[in-house]
Amino acid sequence: MSIFIDKNTKVIVQGITGKTALFHTKQMLEYGTKIVGGTSPGKGGTEVEGVPVFNTVSEAVEATGATASVIYVPAPFAADAIMEAVDAELDLVICITEHIPVLDMVKVKRYMEGKKTRLIGPNCPGVISADECKIGIMPGYIHKKGHVGVVSRSGTLTYEAVYQLTKAGIGQTTAVGIGGDPVNGTNFIDVLKAFNEDPETYAVIMIGEIGGTAEEEAALWVKENMKKPVVGFIGGRTAPPGKRMGHAGAIISGGKGTADEKIRVMNECGIKVAETPAVIGETLINVLKEQGLYEKCKNL
Amino acid sequence: MNIHEYQGKDLLRQYGVSVPKGHVAFSIAEAVEAAKKLGSDVVVVKAQIHAGGRGKAGGVKVAKNLDEVRTYAEDLLGKKLVTHQTGPEGKEVKRLLIEEGCDIQKEYYIGFVVDRATSKVVLMASSEGGMEIEEVAARTPEKIYKEYIDPVVGLAPFQARRIAFKMNIPKKSVNEAVKFMLGLYKVFVEKDCSIAEINPLVLTGDGSVMALDAKLNFDSNALFRHPELLEYRDLDEEDPKEIEASKYDLSYISLDGNIGCMVNGAGLAMATMDIIKYYGGQPANFLDVGGGATAEKVAEAFKIILSDPKVKGIFVNIFGGIMKCDIIATGVVEAAKQVGLSVPLVVRLEGTNVELGKQILQESGLNIIAANSMAEGAEKIVSLVG
Repeated sequence: MSIFIDKNTKVIVQGITGKTALFHTKQMLEYGTKIVGGTSPGKGGTEVEGVPVFNTVSEAVEATGATASVIYVPAPFAADAIMEAVDAELDLVICITEHIPVLDMVKVKRYMEGKKTRLIGPNCPGVISADECKIGIMPGYIHKKGHVGVVSRSGTLTYEAVYQLTKAGIGQTTAVGIGGDPVNGTNFIDVLKAFNEDPETYAVIMIGEIGGTAEEEAALWVKENMKKPVVGFIGGRTAPPGKRMGHAGAIISGGKGTADEKIRVMNECGIKVAETPAVIGETLINVLKEQGLYEKCKNL
Repeated sequence: MNIHEYQGKDLLRQYGVSVPKGHVAFSIAEAVEAAKKLGSDVVVVKAQIHAGGRGKAGGVKVAKNLDEVRTYAEDLLGKKLVTHQTGPEGKEVKRLLIEEGCDIQKEYYIGFVVDRATSKVVLMASSEGGMEIEEVAARTPEKIYKEYIDPVVGLAPFQARRIAFKMNIPKKSVNEAVKFMLGLYKVFVEKDCSIAEINPLVLTGDGSVMALDAKLNFDSNALFRHPELLEYRDLDEEDPKEIEASKYDLSYISLDGNIGCMVNGAGLAMATMDIIKYYGGQPANFLDVGGGATAEKVAEAFKIILSDPKVKGIFVNIFGGIMKCDIIATGVVEAAKQVGLSVPLVVRLEGTNVELGKQILQESGLNIIAANSMAEGAEKIVSLVG
């Protein structure tokens, strides 16, 4: 089992004829993802990588029965692409695009109120259910099927954590990148809830970073509701206040959103926080051992 | 992107948001000329730098005649102003705002910002103007009032009115305050601000409401649709290395330490700074080369790091997902050959094409120290830099 996506998920790629989208469409197909279509306004009726291209999302959904989409559309047009996918009533929309203006996302969030679609991202690596379905830009080969869920605001740090696990013989159910933007679709709590309810997930790694208070809120939720061990890491302990550290959302403002505060709250809520990014896997393994879950998680 | 106070006030004026009359001056003569043009009894000479806390640092002077304007302008122009936001090295004052003085009865605070938790723009206000809002929030949170704004409707007049009454703005000035807030909100959304903060907003003796200071920041992701704002950019206020990096679409931030870092991905780049510090070192920079970097881009990044005289060693930490390790290796070798490598270089490569990357480094003949993990790499560079 896995969360959000599995081997049956039918996916369309929005903006499929762009260079990045094409590259990743190929990668996703190689991984075994069911890419059933793509959109590119004006190029409907053509085909790329053996995948039919449509002019609009609703057309693509009608023709293919897709339930998910992934967006590689350039930032100025990405908010519109998300709304188009929401309008087509897809279950899941994953937006990879980086640098979307934040006020565009404010409008998108308003547009999504009362609609059924779950948005992941923007500015995220995507979602992967190991050996089943990869939607996004992460390197597939570092993942291994297993019982640990991963949720993170950062792409490369997710790879780092996943790879540490895989090398140590610990597989994953699903790894979800929620993205580095201040206004995004799915937050830590949404993903933690899904992992909590997934019978195949025995433990979770949660990777946060400076900026905002999403980690603190998630930690409080974990304390009240989570039935499974959660291990964490927070990036940006040494980041100076007032500077945006690459991600639009990674900024300490007015003394709020520091790594130390997040780590303090997480520890208080029973989330063991890794001291350095190099020991995220090790920290989880120690917790698994303490809780008698190690054997169940090791080497499928 | 940050802009100067006088530029922010220009923008507010265009939207009918009331601000005191004033002119920018780049020289002493211009300052005196500007004061003459204003013709008011009292003139305020304000240093224009991209940092808060200018008043406390002596960057704001009240002049009662033209001689005083001249003296203060002489004083401030070319002076390094040190505030709590500039760091100990301070910032050189190159521009002044010459503004008419006004008869301040009371100071308030008004600000718009995007609230992450609700994904909405929030209007924040307080009757405690002139103080830092963070301080008010910490000491007397009950004195901060908020209105969350529906992006479809925009700031509704009733919301602005509610805030104005809560702030205790006198009845006869409420309508003017409402007009002020509606105008400021319009600037915020039409110009894609990330912050629009008026501190203080003042009530004058004749009952008018105006912005005595203006801090506007813009969402850099939205600048593509605001070419008019780019004219406000002041390169003197930015770190030259950060400007250079932005030309190549590299995300670079200067820090105080001596270990240069080159990393892919913002999260890993932050975590790399953290792990250097954990092993007792100090990072010289944050640098994310991004996911789709070419060898040329990597070489430019490397040159920028080496251009910092503080840098005594470099740590390259790459988890190649989309970014392939051989491309990083090629870029590093190219740059090191072009500019000469005078400091120790530790490279940790992992991920796609890692073997090829390691081979390129090995065959380069350069003195490159390989590390098998992030921890090993951080430990090595810290001990080498000493």
